[in-house]
Amino acid sequence: MSAALLGRKVGMTRFFTEDGRNMPVTVIEAGPCIVTQVKTTERDGYSAVQLGFSERRAQRSTMPVIGHDAKAGSGPLHWHREYRLDSDDDAQQFELGQSIDVSAFEDVKYVDVVGRSKGKGFQGVMKRHNFRGKEASHGVQRSHRTSGSISGHGTNLGTGPKLKKGKRMAGHMGDARVSERSLEIVKIDPVQNLLLVKGPVPGANGGLLFVQEAVRLNRRKQALLKAGS
Amino acid sequence: MNRQQVIESVVEHQLKDEKDMPYFSVGDTLNVHVRIIEGTKERIQVYQGVLISMNSRGINRTITVRRIVANEGVERVFPVHSPRIAQIEVVRRGDVRRSKLYYLRDRVGKSRRLRDQRRGLKHATVSTEPAKSSSAAKKNAAEATGE
Repeated sequence: MSAALLGRKVGMTRFFTEDGRNMPVTVIEAGPCIVTQVKTTERDGYSAVQLGFSERRAQRSTMPVIGHDAKAGSGPLHWHREYRLDSDDDAQQFELGQSIDVSAFEDVKYVDVVGRSKGKGFQGVMKRHNFRGKEASHGVQRSHRTSGSISGHGTNLGTGPKLKKGKRMAGHMGDARVSERSLEIVKIDPVQNLLLVKGPVPGANGGLLFVQEAVRLNRRKQALLKAGS
Repeated sequence: MNRQQVIESVVEHQLKDEKDMPYFSVGDTLNVHVRIIEGTKERIQVYQGVLISMNSRGINRTITVRRIVANEGVERVFPVHSPRIAQIEVVRRGDVRRSKLYYLRDRVGKSRRLRDQRRGLKHATVSTEPAKSSSAAKKNAAEATGE
């Protein structure tokens, strides 16, 4: 069973390792989270655990949320997220109202961080999909940042005059769920509930993050992990 | 605690003590002692040059130190609070009126030098001795005519 927590992005700073290397780190205020619901196959059709994070004034909350969190013996919480478990056996490890803090990551080296990226608004293809655009001169007029042709005439190759589904075009960019995989944990501060991970994480400062033990690692990190343990 | 304070509390213990660090500012000539790790051995190399720029504050503070090596200008940027910086010494204090001395990059020969800082001289109201620098002399003259 892997450890998971909800957290808030605090911001980025730098961290000097003991051998003097300079490392960019993101500070995450991770937990403490409260188990607000445990779902089982029998009752809900699947097994999962719902975590709540960050207390909030009752005045700012709604009655359903207040009631839901009261069942777990907690005040109203700002955010609730659930994640799936493999089986009901895993679900039995959780108890309604149980508090999970950042020390759950004590033995963990790498984490996956999920957040909501910053919204960029309606963007063209060059910014959104890294298209190359067109030339600055040589007869190009008023279409320096366009994508070019998006479809052609009908052929017998299955590529008809219709657009291919999922054709990349201009449109809304950002404000989407983004997972950042296998980030190294630099430091854990159980007193302040802080988690320092190497590198950036999605979203703006103050945004909600879901932090989970890394699901899978690349070969280099696997080797490092093996060598470490 | 707001977010900025949280971040400051995280990096607090990494900051070097103010007592260990001399006061220096742009224009000063510094000796930067850099720890160099070669294999298992560690030695200290001293890099001397003119401090031409200081950037950011707190843990992010960096200094740009310029020196001339083999007739070629070399600028190195040091993170002040890095453990690789063993020590910083002030060799000379320069008198400058800019916060960034990028104009030194275009200077060649004697014009590359900076005037020494002489404390209190600028603010002296009456000077019976002959003025030591032209700017101080001008200032005194201006004050004399004003009176």
